[in-house]
Amino acid sequence: MELYLDCAATTKMSRRAIDAMLPYMDEIYGNPSSLYSIGQRAKEALEKARERVAACIGAKAREIYFTSGGSESDNQAIVSAAINGAKKGKKHIVSTAFEHHAVLHTLKKLEKQGYEVTLLPVGSNGIVKVSDVENAIRDDTCLVTIMYANNEIGTIQPIREIGEICRAKGAVFHTDAVQAAGHIPIDVVKDNIDMLSISAHKFHGPRGTGALYVRQGIALNSLIEGGAQERGKRAGTENLAGIMGMTVALEDAVSEIDTVGKSIAESRDRLIAGLRKIPYSSLNGDEKNRLPGNVSFCFEGIEGESLLLMLDDMGISASSGSACTSGSLDPSHVLLAIGRVHEVAHGSLRLTMDRPLTDEELQYTVDSVKSVVERLRSMSPLWHDLEKGKRAHIFKEFEA
Amino acid sequence: MALYSEKVMDHFRNPRNVGQIENADGVGEVGNPVCGDIMKIYLKIDDGIITDVKFETFGCGSAIASSSMATELIKGKPLSEALTLTNKAVTEALDGLPAHKLHCSVLAEEAIKAAVKDYYDKNGIAYDPKDFPASCDSCEHCREV
Repeated sequence: MELYLDCAATTKMSRRAIDAMLPYMDEIYGNPSSLYSIGQRAKEALEKARERVAACIGAKAREIYFTSGGSESDNQAIVSAAINGAKKGKKHIVSTAFEHHAVLHTLKKLEKQGYEVTLLPVGSNGIVKVSDVENAIRDDTCLVTIMYANNEIGTIQPIREIGEICRAKGAVFHTDAVQAAGHIPIDVVKDNIDMLSISAHKFHGPRGTGALYVRQGIALNSLIEGGAQERGKRAGTENLAGIMGMTVALEDAVSEIDTVGKSIAESRDRLIAGLRKIPYSSLNGDEKNRLPGNVSFCFEGIEGESLLLMLDDMGISASSGSACTSGSLDPSHVLLAIGRVHEVAHGSLRLTMDRPLTDEELQYTVDSVKSVVERLRSMSPLWHDLEKGKRAHIFKEFEA
Repeated sequence: MALYSEKVMDHFRNPRNVGQIENADGVGEVGNPVCGDIMKIYLKIDDGIITDVKFETFGCGSAIASSSMATELIKGKPLSEALTLTNKAVTEALDGLPAHKLHCSVLAEEAIKAAVKDYYDKNGIAYDPKDFPASCDSCEHCREV
C-alpha cells in the first residue's frame, strides 16, 4: 500500500489547478504590464484571481498581494510592520516560541537590528493563552505575529480573540495561515486580522506561489525592489500561471471545508484512537482544537528517523521532529515549546492527511506504526532500561 | 540520490548481531537519550578473541547501521585488532555516511572501546586510560545545552 501522509509538507497538485495554469503558459502568456491585448488579457485574469482569492478569506481584492509563497509573505509582513513601527518609536514585537522558522528567523534578524522580541510560551496543549498575549503587548509594541495553526502539531490558535486585543491596543496583527488556509474557515474581518500569509502548495496548488493579505489602511513596504507590480509592493513579473493554479486550488479547498474536512477529521480521530493503543505514546497538542488532517505523536524509547525509514519501506510517507530529521542536533522547537523533553521529542511522528482514509488504510497505518515502534523498541537499550525500571517512564502506559 | 547508501540501508533493514549476551565479558554503552543516540555493545571474549558480539541501539538509521557494521568488523577478531577499529573504517565499510551523520560511526567506535575497557576493568588488566576516551568526548553538544 502506498500512503502519502505528509500533506503538511506539501500536497499533490489537483488536476483542476494544473488545468487552470496551462493556458497561462502557452496561450495567454503576455506580461500583465503590457498594453497590447495578450498582455491585457493576462492582466484581466490576474485581477480576477485577486478578487477570487480575496473572497476565499473575506478580504477585498485590493488587500491581496501575490508573492512567491508563505516564507516571502511572512518576511514581508513582519519586516514591513517593524519598519513602520520604528517610525513611531515602536520597536517591540510579540510572537510565540513555536512559530515557523520563516517567522522566527525573521524576528531573530530584527533583534540584531535593535528590535525587542517577546516569544510567548505555549502550553502543553499547544495553544497560546490570550491573556499572555494581552499582558505582553506594551505601548511600544508594533506587531503581534502568531500562527493560525501550527505546522507540526496542528493546534489552532485563538486568532479572533488575539486579533481583537491587538486592534484595541493598536498593534498590527499578522498571522501565518499557511497551514490553516483552505483547511479551516478564515474570515479576516471577523478574525480581526491585519496581515495574513498563505502558500498555494499546502492546498493542492503549485509551489512558488503564495499571497499576503494586508488590511486596507495598514502600511506595507516592499521587500523586492523593481517594477511597479502589485501596486508597487512586490516587484517582478507576476507568476500568473501559479496564481491561477492557486486561485482554483484555494476555491476548491474552501468549498470542501464543511464536507470533506469533516470526514478528514473523523479519520484523524480514528487514527489518534488507534495510535494511542501503542503503550507509552502521547498525542502532541490539543486533541480537538487541531487541524482536521493533523496527527502528531511521541513514542518513548525510539528515534524518529528510524521510524520514518521503516515506514517508508512499508509505503507510508510521514515526517518527524527528531534531531536527525531536522538536520540539527536538537529536536523540533515546536515539541520542545510544548514541554516535550528531548528523549521523547526525538521519537516523534507526524501524519498529515488531505483526504479521509479508508478503513483499510487506517488499519494499515496503525498496524504499520505499531509494528515499527515495537521493532525499534526491541533493539533499543533506552527502551530496555525503561522496561526494567532503570529509567522512569515519561508517559503513562496508556493515555486517557 | 538517496539519503543513505545501499549498504547503510541493508544494515539498517537487516541489522547483524542485534541483541544482548547473557553474562557478557564486557559491556559498553555510549551516548545519551537527550542527544537521541545510545549504543550498547556486548562482548564475549575467549583467550583475547571476540567470540561473540551483540548490540542494541537507540538512534537514527545510520546509528543502527553503524552499530551493525562495527560488530561485523570485530567479530572473531583479537581484542588488539578491535581496539584499532576507527570510525573511518566503519564509514568506509558502509560506503560512506552523510557528513552530519559521521558522529554515528564515532559512537560505534567509542561503544566498542567502552566494552573492551569494561572487560579490562573486570579482569584487572592494565591499560593506558588515554586509549579510552570518555563517552561523548567526540561531541560538544551536551556541554553546550
